[in-house]
Amino acid sequence: MAQAIFIILSLITLGCALVVVTNRNLFHSALYLAFVFVGVAGLYFMLQAEFFAGIQVLIYVGAILTLIIFAIMLSRDLMNPNVRGFNRQWWAAAIVAGLLFVVLAVVLWRAPWPAAPVGEPSADFIAELGQALVSPAYVLPFEVVSILLLAALVGSILIARER
Amino acid sequence: MDWIDALLIPAIKSLVVIVVLLLAFAYMTYVERKLVGRFVRRYGPNRAGPFGLLQPIADAFKAIFKEEVIPTEVDKWLYVICPGIAVAGSLIVFGVIPVGDSFMAWGRKITMVVADVNVGVLYVVAMAGLGLYGIFLGGWASNNNFSLLGALRSTAQVITYELPMGLAIASIATITGSLRFGDIIAAQKTLPLIILQPVGFLVYFISGMAEINRSPFDMPETENELVSGYSTEYGGIKFAIYFMAEYINMIVMSILVATLFLGGWQGPFAHLSPLLQLVWLVVKAAVVLFVFIWVRASIPRVRYDKWMKFGWKFLVPLGLANLAVTAVVVALVA
Repeated sequence: MAQAIFIILSLITLGCALVVVTNRNLFHSALYLAFVFVGVAGLYFMLQAEFFAGIQVLIYVGAILTLIIFAIMLSRDLMNPNVRGFNRQWWAAAIVAGLLFVVLAVVLWRAPWPAAPVGEPSADFIAELGQALVSPAYVLPFEVVSILLLAALVGSILIARER
Repeated sequence: MDWIDALLIPAIKSLVVIVVLLLAFAYMTYVERKLVGRFVRRYGPNRAGPFGLLQPIADAFKAIFKEEVIPTEVDKWLYVICPGIAVAGSLIVFGVIPVGDSFMAWGRKITMVVADVNVGVLYVVAMAGLGLYGIFLGGWASNNNFSLLGALRSTAQVITYELPMGLAIASIATITGSLRFGDIIAAQKTLPLIILQPVGFLVYFISGMAEINRSPFDMPETENELVSGYSTEYGGIKFAIYFMAEYINMIVMSILVATLFLGGWQGPFAHLSPLLQLVWLVVKAAVVLFVFIWVRASIPRVRYDKWMKFGWKFLVPLGLANLAVTAVVVALVA
C-alpha cells in the first residue's frame, strides 16, 4: 500500500517536473510546478513529517509559486509561445545547471542510505525542531539564512523604490 | 474490518461535511440577502415560498439552466476548472476542524472530525492558499484586463493578510503549545482565547475577512472599478460555483474563528451530548457570520492602496508585537 502510494506520488512529481521544463507556455509551467510541490509535500507526509508537508504547501505553493505567477502575469509577452526560449546567456546557464547536477549527484551517491527503518518520530516533534534550530549545532546556519533573507529584502526594496 | 475505519468512515464523514456545507451555502445567501435588506430597510427576498425561503433553490435552477458560454479567447481548460479549484480549496479546509468530541455508534467510537492532523492549524492556512489559485488562475485564464487586475489584487491581498493571520495563529500556538485543533479547544476549557488574546483576535478577524474577500475588503471584485474583477467573464453555473466557494470560505472562516478564539464546541452542558456540542459550535459560528454581514452592510469599501498599507504598516507590526508580548508572558508564567 505505502509502496504503491510512494510510486504514484513520485511519478506525479517527476512527470510534472518534466513538463515544467519542457512546456513552452511559462504560465502552464508554473502550474505544473504547483503539482511538483504538492507531490513533494505528499512524500513528506508519507515520512510522517506532517509539519514539513504543511510548511511545504504553505511556503512553496502558497507564497513562492504565487509570487512566481504574479511576476509572470506582470511581465509582457512572457506567456507568448512564439517568444524565443533562449537568449545569449544560455551557455552560462547550462554550465551552472550542469555543475549543480554534478554536485547533487555526488552528494546523493555518497550519502549513506539507512537500510533499516529509523522508527517513529517523537510526539513533540515540532518543539524538538524548534530547539534544534537554536542549538549550537544549527544556530549559525540559521542566522546566516536570516541575514541572507534580510539582504534580499533590503535589496528588493532598493530596486523597487521610486526615485 | 480494518477498511471500515480506514476508508469507509472517513468517506462518510467527508460526504456529510460536503453536503452540509453546500446546504449551508445555499441558505447563507438567503440569510445574507435578508439581513442586508433589513439593514437598509428593505424586505430582502420574499417572493419564492413563505418568507422567500425557496429563493436559494430558485437561484440554483436559474444558474443551472443558463446558457453555457465559453469566450473564444480564454485558456479553455483553465477557464473551466478554476471555479472547481476554488470550491475544492474551500471545502478541503474543513477536513481538520472538529465539530464535537466523539460518540459511539454500532460499537465504534466515532470522532467528530474527518482527520485529526497534529498540525491542523498549519494545514488550514496552507489549504487556504490553495483555494486562492482558483481565483487568480480564473482571472488570468479569462484573458480580460479587468479579470487580470482582479486576480492580481486578490493575490496581493491574500499574501499580505496571510502574514498577520499566521502571526495571530502563532500567538495561539505559543499559549496552547500545540497546532492540533483538539488541543487548542481543550486549552479553552475554562477561558476562551479571545479573553487572553484580544489583540490576536482582532488581527485574525480582520485578516480573515480579507482572506475570504468579504466586503468591505473585496478588492478582487470591486464593481465600481473592475466591473466584477476575476469573475467578469464567468456566467451561469460557473459563476455560481465561484459564488459557492466564496460563501463556503465565509462559513469555514466563521467556524475557524469560533474554534480558535471562542472555545469551539465547548459550552455549558456540552459534555452531555455530542449534539449539544454541535449546537454550540453552530451558534458561535452564526454570531461570527452575523458580524461579517453586519460589517458588510455598514462599512463602505476601502481604497485598495490604503488597504494594502493598512496590512503591511499596521496589522503586521501589531501581530508581531502581540506575538512578542505573548511569548514573553508565556515564558514568565511557565
